Amino acid sequence: MGEKIAEKDMVRLDELLADLGSQRGTLIPILQKSQEIFGYLPREVLVRISEKTGSPLSRIYGVVTFYSQFHLKPRGRNIVRSCQGTACHVRGAKGILSELKKELGLEGEEATTKDLGFTLETVACIGCCGLAPVIMVNDETHGRLVPDSVKGILDQYR
Amino acid sequence: MVIKNLDDLRKIKETAKQATSARHENGTQVIVGMGTCGIAAGARTVMTAILEEISRRGIQNVSVMQTGCIGMCQREPLVDVVRPGEPRVTYGNVKPEDVPRIISEHLVNGRIVGDLVVAKI
Amino acid sequence: MEKLARAHVLVCGGTGCSSSGSKEIIPEMRDKLKEKGMDMEVKVVETGCHGLCELGPLVIVYPEGVFYIRVKPADVDEIIENHLIKGRVVERLLYREPATLATVPDYDDIAFYKKQKRYALVNCGHINPESLEEYIGADGYEGLAKALSMKPEEVIGEVKKSGLRGRGGGGFPTGNKWQFTRAAAGDKKYVICNADEGDPGAFMDRSVLEGDPHRILEGMIICGYSVGADEGYIYCRAEYPLAIKRLQGAIKQAMDTGLLGENILGSGFNFTIHIKEGAGAFVCGEETALIASIEGRRGMPRPRPPFPANSGLWGKPSNINNVETFANIPSILRDGGDYFASQGTETSKGTKVFALTGKINNTGLAEVPMGITMREIIYDIGGGIPDGKKFKAVQIGGPSGGCLPEQLLDLAIDYESLTKAGAMMGSGGLVVMDETTCMVDVARYFLNFTQDESCGKCTPCREGTKRMLEILNRICDGHGTDDDIPLLESLASSIKAGSLCALGQTAPNPVLSTLNFFRNDYEAHIKDHKCPAGVCAAFVGYTITDNCRGCGLCKKVCPVDAITGEIKGKHLIDPNKCIKCGACQAKCPFKAIDKG
Repeated sequence: MGEKIAEKDMVRLDELLADLGSQRGTLIPILQKSQEIFGYLPREVLVRISEKTGSPLSRIYGVVTFYSQFHLKPRGRNIVRSCQGTACHVRGAKGILSELKKELGLEGEEATTKDLGFTLETVACIGCCGLAPVIMVNDETHGRLVPDSVKGILDQYR
Repeated sequence: MVIKNLDDLRKIKETAKQATSARHENGTQVIVGMGTCGIAAGARTVMTAILEEISRRGIQNVSVMQTGCIGMCQREPLVDVVRPGEPRVTYGNVKPEDVPRIISEHLVNGRIVGDLVVAKI
Repeated sequence: MEKLARAHVLVCGGTGCSSSGSKEIIPEMRDKLKEKGMDMEVKVVETGCHGLCELGPLVIVYPEGVFYIRVKPADVDEIIENHLIKGRVVERLLYREPATLATVPDYDDIAFYKKQKRYALVNCGHINPESLEEYIGADGYEGLAKALSMKPEEVIGEVKKSGLRGRGGGGFPTGNKWQFTRAAAGDKKYVICNADEGDPGAFMDRSVLEGDPHRILEGMIICGYSVGADEGYIYCRAEYPLAIKRLQGAIKQAMDTGLLGENILGSGFNFTIHIKEGAGAFVCGEETALIASIEGRRGMPRPRPPFPANSGLWGKPSNINNVETFANIPSILRDGGDYFASQGTETSKGTKVFALTGKINNTGLAEVPMGITMREIIYDIGGGIPDGKKFKAVQIGGPSGGCLPEQLLDLAIDYESLTKAGAMMGSGGLVVMDETTCMVDVARYFLNFTQDESCGKCTPCREGTKRMLEILNRICDGHGTDDDIPLLESLASSIKAGSLCALGQTAPNPVLSTLNFFRNDYEAHIKDHKCPAGVCAAFVGYTITDNCRGCGLCKKVCPVDAITGEIKGKHLIDPNKCIKCGACQAKCPFKAIDKG
């Protein structure tokens, strides 16, 4: 099982559901905001959303697994997105991604570091193609990268 | 303020145009391109360097502003300098260490920093 | 008698330079010269004011007469070491003749802008995007004011007259779309702005949203007025946090000033706008999938008809346009449709924004009149291919588009000509590729993308793209067979014919266009077991030659620790570990790493 869920976060979830739960078309915003609170979407949270909104759990699960933004497993405190867009692809994104994996010590399909410091994922395009190759750390975009630049950038968030 | 009709809109337009031209006549503007590309290329640290340099030198009558992406990603970060009554001059690939030069050469002394300049409007 | 000095160092001791620190430079210079035993051959002289006090302290070195500015005591070492000992001028301290305003080119004269015509992007990079006043000062909301003084039908007439077509990819005439929504029965209607810019390589929408957010609001309000809607949604991808922030700010300003809300500009017309953040699914760029996503469901497309114009968001008539389309509306209303229509070609009017990326000198956004040639965009605006490499192809239209070769560079670009050439306008992303790009790898890249983003609802797209990707992987891995090319072509035509939405219908395009123009690349992989561009890992390997001096840089830069070797000894690459990223080759100062 994942980490224990803090009671105060559940209170925030209930406030959120009281605010948005009865409006139509709000499932995705509710999930987005819940993920902001918990960092990911634990089962207990999805169950609570289902109870309060009346949406079947299966439907909520269907939405969560459809969109790449939602995560069912705990994630790192910092999210590193390595852009694999066309412009980045032809300008060496592959080398940046391997350097990120090496620098974060991630093996194979692993995405999150053991200390939950970082989660590494790929993204199709972050629309910053003029500076390819680029990565995004949380909401900050870093461009014109070479493998050598990776460590310096990660260090800013360590 | 609420814009109730076309006349109100025109009034704001006039004031806005005057404000822009007044800025041009009385004070100097430094404009930093702060779209995602600019920020990714380092526009935020350049902006900080500009604000620090201006306050360090105690320069008055300068407004430091931001604008969106002008589409010249290759030259980001972009910094524009407008002196009263003069064209808007764009500098490209500006690094924080270039800022003191742009401020003292162009802003204070009106001399273009030739190796960084891109174009003027 | 004093020995004749071989060099003189003149340090300005004028009031200006002294106050900025020249007094410390003189003793420092003398001490350091003495240390090096050079005090007899180099003479340090204190001079009077040169009149360039703000650049001081000034140091001039003779006999060359080199003029250094803003010299600090810490720079003395460098001047001695480099200039006086090695005869190398210290560039960073050099005085440069100031450029004058007259020598600075105008924006309109520099190559990047000369052929551009900024219409949708006119304010981007010029106004402060967070200031409503600046937008109004740049003629903002004047198009809206004019529209509200006209009948809704007349507004639609003006949009039709402009000839504007959907800028998101399909190219459907915007005026007709508005007409359908207006004509649809229903008292509740919606306007939706598609800001889910998902095509890899396209970022013009982000640029407008970040740089000129009020323009999009104005376009949407005008649309709402003419189709009879009172509510709008902007569906923006979550990967654009700055765009969302600027939009939220703009909506608040417009609400506070009454440009959104009730009785806009005293017309009696009401309109509000909400933002919906996408949750990361490329297929949501398709209009029916986008609507499903706003409703909080899985973003899967449904068959059309009914079109959203009749049954859209929550079953109500809805008009969906993309960001760039809305960005053109305010000026069309303000200047009239005829002006817009005076630009462009017979079938494609106005301007189009292209995102220039990849192997090109000037990356960026270029807004040009329709009908311009690809050669003009790539060579005149984009400045050509870097590093003296040869142009190979330009990919246009993202995963739905195709690759155009050298021989089509003089094609006049519009919706029809591109479709005919096997590509597509798409959202206007142009990714330029040079001779080091493998076209099979590019096709595989796009198939990997569409296969990943296929929502899985219809079989041709879900299974077909997967099979095509398997074949492409096989070819790139060196296991291609003679049957693979015909098999790809037959699968492609089935997927195009059988898929439910545009994602599937266009997914085979990158494969078909590369097969059409770059068949040699495929055949080389299959028949000759070669990747001519040297990209596909199965066919290339890196080896270290005897030029290696054992500096260890390659070992340090290798992301997978595939390089071993002792300092000063020849290094070795383990081909099993090597991922062929080329980082070692780029880093090696002795050109000791071969690719073959």
